Amino acid sequence: MAELTYRDAVARAIAQEMTRDENVVFLGEDVAKAGGVFKATVGLLDKFGPKRVIDTPISEQAILGAAMGAAMTGLRPIAEIMFADFIAVCYDYIANEFPKTRYMTNGQVGCPLVVRCGGGGGSRFGAQHSQCIENWVMQFPGLKVVSPSSPVDVIGLLAAAVRDDDPVMFLEHKSLYAMKGEVPDGEILDRLGTAKILRAGTDATIIALGMMVHRSVAAAEKLQAEYGVNVEVIDVRSLVPLDTQCILGSVAKTGRLFTVEENPRVLGWGAEVVSIVADEAFYDLDGPPVRITTPNIPLPAADQLEDMAIPSVDRIVATIRKSLSA
Amino acid sequence: MVKWNISVARSFAGRAPVETINMAKMTPAAGKPGALPPNDDIGEAKRLELYRLQVLLREAEQRAFDLFLQNQIKGTSHLSLGQEAIAAGCAAAMQPGDLSFCTYRGHAHTLARGVPVEKVLGELMGRDNGLMRGKGGSMHLTSVEHGVMGSYAIIGAHIPIACGAAWRAQYKGASDVSVCFFGDGTTNIGAFHEGINYAAIHKLPVVFVCENNLYMEYTPIADVIPVKHPAADRASAYGLERILIDGNDADVVYRTMLKAYARARAGEGPSLIECLTYRHSGHSRADPAKYRPEGELEKWKQRDPIKIYRERLKSFDFPDETMAAIDAEIKKIIDDATTACQAAPTTSTDILFTDVYADGGWAWRN
Repeated sequence: MAELTYRDAVARAIAQEMTRDENVVFLGEDVAKAGGVFKATVGLLDKFGPKRVIDTPISEQAILGAAMGAAMTGLRPIAEIMFADFIAVCYDYIANEFPKTRYMTNGQVGCPLVVRCGGGGGSRFGAQHSQCIENWVMQFPGLKVVSPSSPVDVIGLLAAAVRDDDPVMFLEHKSLYAMKGEVPDGEILDRLGTAKILRAGTDATIIALGMMVHRSVAAAEKLQAEYGVNVEVIDVRSLVPLDTQCILGSVAKTGRLFTVEENPRVLGWGAEVVSIVADEAFYDLDGPPVRITTPNIPLPAADQLEDMAIPSVDRIVATIRKSLSA
Repeated sequence: MVKWNISVARSFAGRAPVETINMAKMTPAAGKPGALPPNDDIGEAKRLELYRLQVLLREAEQRAFDLFLQNQIKGTSHLSLGQEAIAAGCAAAMQPGDLSFCTYRGHAHTLARGVPVEKVLGELMGRDNGLMRGKGGSMHLTSVEHGVMGSYAIIGAHIPIACGAAWRAQYKGASDVSVCFFGDGTTNIGAFHEGINYAAIHKLPVVFVCENNLYMEYTPIADVIPVKHPAADRASAYGLERILIDGNDADVVYRTMLKAYARARAGEGPSLIECLTYRHSGHSRADPAKYRPEGELEKWKQRDPIKIYRERLKSFDFPDETMAAIDAEIKKIIDDATTACQAAPTTSTDILFTDVYADGGWAWRN
């Protein structure tokens, strides 16, 4: 067991998989010599050499297209799109190419690759370098979407994504790169499509993802300590596949559902979760499901503005208190 | 090292290189009169293969067109009528294991790799005997067993994808070449630049084939490019040789591709080849191509690739009966394939939910 940062966990996960399978290759902008702009891939070039760890031009379409062609013909590429926001310039591969090729070819061609990117706010980067893009990518049948909230999950889920035979979007959170966590020694392999109950509770269920997981846990502790409200917190971890059984089981126990989402409100992943719960567990609910999200605005840069936009511990606490006491 | 020079653009008869779209300067129909010279590099068997392939592509596309008119094929289609020499020449120069990446105008490139006509027509007709049992349709023909790695309907998307397949070959030390086909219109989209730049910096074993049929969909390509030749005039931006050939002469295409593939296999990197041609039909099923100047189509029909090739074979003293026998054989293949497709069951709706994910199903949640 060792303490590892979220960013070092990325490098360890990639190294683990590249050591295991020589078909795993890694490409992206500034990922090799510079070790990544977030320093999440330091040391990989030295360890595996320039044939397997590749600095690319600023060509997001070439990065994802090359990854796809390689994946279709036998490699297991990991492609980095530096800031998640840049997915928009290579969206065709996410929307039209990766997820549809198996279906359109009646199963002839698979696309086993992983796209990693750093998303999320908290860095004061403004509207084009701070977004959470889960709702951009979870709508495509054929694509899987994963977002880890801790170093150990980075390793276990990234390993599972690399070994998965489907294309996987692996959404890291920039504000978590410095966080530390205990990580066991040796190989770590998790399962996609499994949510995790981080804190058991009886009065309400919070479903959260990425950085919002930490704020949700802190809010739950505060609600317990200050108001005696016992909240269950579930880290969704994987939006596709979605562990709805875990969510439905929790709602059956607590009777209340809150989603905490960093994305802007409209069509956020929480809307799908609420829709499923409304469809399948309506009579388990003791009150309306509530979505706590960033308002439907672009993210601003200044500290006080960005802090106000993204759900905070205090906002989560206040929203849940108000809703439970209504 | 295979050194590119403009001689690859010369006609078999050694005429002037093709430098403009002026048809007067393009390849003459016939080669030197008389029998095949003993040192001929293409040879009798390959010439008959090229002829047969072109006739096959012509007749299959014509049949697809006819079936559309009869409403037996739904959706859209983008025919390669008039462009057969490129598909035939490129495929005839390939080796088994080489990979083709096609566009939505991909019937000819798919058939040229040996995919049975019945499977292609079946796919167009939504029948169970189709290549993908109707799940892909006209614009996504794919047959991995024949090296056809897909037909891509988003302009330019497959250029980086072909790079990726070539990267795998380079990484694994495999000898296959990835061949990527696209039209003149593709040269204006970002993925074209990104992909060719990427291939050039890594010296990937990929050959980019631009079929310049003079129109990007409905618009003359000349209206939307600042240079004369959309691919050839941009090659230097990627450190590549300028290669412009007569795309209506299968011999020229075949010879050019042999060199390009050899160069790719030798680790000398990609080639970007612009083939001048003309599509006899509109952009798609819905397009009667009324934007073409009067007489343009008729002029190009004088340079119909199959006409050129038939005259070429005649000039080498191939007997008429040989060509007639090929024509008859192809007609039977197309007729038999049509009959088989018409008799084939429509695709079972059971496959609606298969192969979304690698587990074979479509479940995205538990």
